[in-house]
Amino acid sequence: MASVLFNIWRTNSAGGEFQEYKTEISEGMVVLDAVHQIQAEHANDLAVRWNCKAGKCGSCSAEINGHPKLMCMTRMSDMPEGKPVTIQPLKAFPVIKDLVTDVSINYRVKKRIKKFNPRPPDAADGTWRMSQGDIDRVQEFRKCIECFLCQDVCHVLREHHLHEKFAGPRHMVYTAALEMHPLDIEDRTGDLKDNNGIGFCNITKCCTTVCPENIHITDNAIIPLKERVADKFYDPIKKLFRIFSK
Amino acid sequence: MTSYETYHHDVLVIGSGGAGLRAAIEASQAGATVAVICRSLLGKAHTVMAEGGVAAALANVDDRDGWKVHFTDTMRGGQYLNNWRMAELHAKEAPDRVRELEAWGAVFDRTEDGRILQRNFGGHKYPRLAHVGDRTGLEMIRTLQDFAIHQQIDFYQEHTVVSLLKDGDRVVGAFGYDREKGLFKVFHANAVIIATGGMGKIYKISSNSWDCTGGGISLAYHAGAELIDMEFVQFHPTGMVWPPSVRGLLITEGVRGEGGVLRNNKGRRFMFDDIPDLYKAQTSTDEEEGWRYTQGDKNAKRPPELLTRDHVARCITREIKEGRGSPHGGVFLDIAWIKEKISNAPEHIKRKLPSMYHQFKELAGVDITKEPMEVGPTTHYIMGGVRVDADTQMTSISGLFAAGECAAGLHGANRLGGNSLSDLLVFGKRAGEHAAQFARETSHGAVDEKQIAAISSWVLSPFDRSDAAGAENPFEIQSDLQEEMQKLVGIVRTEAELTDAIDKIREFESRAANAGCGGNRGYNPGWHTAIELKHMLTVAEAIARAARERKESRGGHFREDFPAKSDAFSAVNISIQKNEHGEMDVRQIPKTKIREDLQQLIEEMK
Repeated sequence: MASVLFNIWRTNSAGGEFQEYKTEISEGMVVLDAVHQIQAEHANDLAVRWNCKAGKCGSCSAEINGHPKLMCMTRMSDMPEGKPVTIQPLKAFPVIKDLVTDVSINYRVKKRIKKFNPRPPDAADGTWRMSQGDIDRVQEFRKCIECFLCQDVCHVLREHHLHEKFAGPRHMVYTAALEMHPLDIEDRTGDLKDNNGIGFCNITKCCTTVCPENIHITDNAIIPLKERVADKFYDPIKKLFRIFSK
Repeated sequence: MTSYETYHHDVLVIGSGGAGLRAAIEASQAGATVAVICRSLLGKAHTVMAEGGVAAALANVDDRDGWKVHFTDTMRGGQYLNNWRMAELHAKEAPDRVRELEAWGAVFDRTEDGRILQRNFGGHKYPRLAHVGDRTGLEMIRTLQDFAIHQQIDFYQEHTVVSLLKDGDRVVGAFGYDREKGLFKVFHANAVIIATGGMGKIYKISSNSWDCTGGGISLAYHAGAELIDMEFVQFHPTGMVWPPSVRGLLITEGVRGEGGVLRNNKGRRFMFDDIPDLYKAQTSTDEEEGWRYTQGDKNAKRPPELLTRDHVARCITREIKEGRGSPHGGVFLDIAWIKEKISNAPEHIKRKLPSMYHQFKELAGVDITKEPMEVGPTTHYIMGGVRVDADTQMTSISGLFAAGECAAGLHGANRLGGNSLSDLLVFGKRAGEHAAQFARETSHGAVDEKQIAAISSWVLSPFDRSDAAGAENPFEIQSDLQEEMQKLVGIVRTEAELTDAIDKIREFESRAANAGCGGNRGYNPGWHTAIELKHMLTVAEAIARAARERKESRGGHFREDFPAKSDAFSAVNISIQKNEHGEMDVRQIPKTKIREDLQQLIEEMK
């Protein structure tokens, strides 16, 4: 057992400030355990969002010592020894209280992306055939737990607050999962270019770095989508063809 | 005068896991206006944690499978206390519900010929679980969520329901608050569906999410609905045991389905030592044959590691108790050994069980492709819950429906793995359909202001005690309850311990009545916990009382003082209902007689 000092962001009428708490850490504890212990012992009204404590629901995203992480998957033994642990809410979203942020923008953005639209069934019994090889890449995208850490770290959203113009990495992954779904026949490239602002991404790969599911967001989702958009709208030969076929 | 906002919908769904979302979709497609109350954010409910798969007799991998086999497997697994009509509907309709998910965008793992792949699981005769690696629940909830947001459904995220509202004998809405600001909301609806899931968080060691506090079961009980089978709690055999902070976290049965074996500290595969009579005919006594079964040999019998969860959990408990356990009080679950059998074992394990690999690596520093896992039983599921009509999912209260884990009947005394995900699809759909119909055919009820005033003053009472001397800390009461339930109402039960548990719950109730919280109404976990205690204590008491009533051992319920099955109890379900004095009535009610043709099926497949 060791006593560890935490600096946790608490909101107040003036905005907010870091407050110090001390709590005992035992073997195997994760940061979320420590926050819960502080809540039970010192601060019953300390707001923290969490559900599964198993890295599966993506609720407990926060910035730990400045790094966007899931609190439930960050072990205390990985924190630098003898130094206080700083926990603050995600910076890219408005704070509701303490460590809880308003992530509702993500739900609104998702809703405006055209939904799954399958081709007619392949078999008479209403089922389809897909080979495992054809769905491997879609399954990678569907591992996403919607923790929004990628949205938090994306500079287009974090520094420039362009939430309305750029859908963000999570929704690029979501769109990629639909676009690359072997059954889907919808076309979302126009929306990607115009409404969802794929051009804002300049592939710095910050999103990929923080993804707790290790999804290759930039390489496997965003770049192929950029290529589709470029192919459709910026290919000079196709452009000529479009002009003359009008 | 209480201030609150009012909302009107035809159908109100409380809960946004698989059952709630499936119900909402169906009600919306039937033309009803629908509200879904999500206690957390949309898409975060406990369904997200389901791992192994969804059981449906698609017969894609073994064409001998069909609804009849699935039906008899479910009844056998439930030790014949199941509601046979629910088991029939479930087995017949599950394949359509799974195929429907594919039409909505779900991407299940595939067979060689491009159809939905199915895997082996405990108690299922043939490979039956459609799955996506070991993250099937995430695939299902995301598919339902992404489909539902394009329907006419209003989602109230991070809202909590505190009480149902009644007009005479009928449920006509619910009272709750939003988490963000703590504002009160009154939801009027002609039909209300409870889909709040389970209650694992009343135990200390549990695989469940934060929000599995038994809320819906308690809401229904306090509104007068009948509960049944509450004594049947499923302790999943394989939860993590080390380190302490992750104790209880689930390890999918899929590990055993893929060839993982259980060993004690002597290296012995102890599951071979005790194979129940009911399963002798279909269980292998040979290690080599068991391995062949997991690799798809249709002529091989299944290894004893894939016996039903109740039995495996008890065998593990026995090994630990008799001193043959692992260093941290579990037993060993070994998947790494398959490297003796296949050349690319580490890659194979990582592909089939990615979350398990990740979970052990990140949280315990164990590489499961190289060394065995330490595992022990963890509270996982409640077979009991709100009693419902098999076809419509209506409870014993008019206007109130229930679906998913909080409803009872399908699983009897023990649930088979994979049957919960199919349960919530099949009966979520049915609940949605019949709630919409009920809403269409009934007129609006009235809500009495006095009901609302009484609830709201109770809800706010923890703030009055914030600075009072001796006010109780709600988190402490919760943790004490979890501790006592684990100790006294766990896998092995006795009359004396159950009576002790009921007394303790009484004490906790008086402590909870004195629980206080600081701060204000905005996103205040102390306040929420103080309110939640009522539900947790109600459900805890129902489990303890039902467990004391059933003086035999069957399925998930094991009584050390009555270790055998009893004929008398094989014919009854235990029912719990609130009486006019506000106390819990416990009764034995006779099972409904099974239809002749279904009984015959069971006999044929014995």
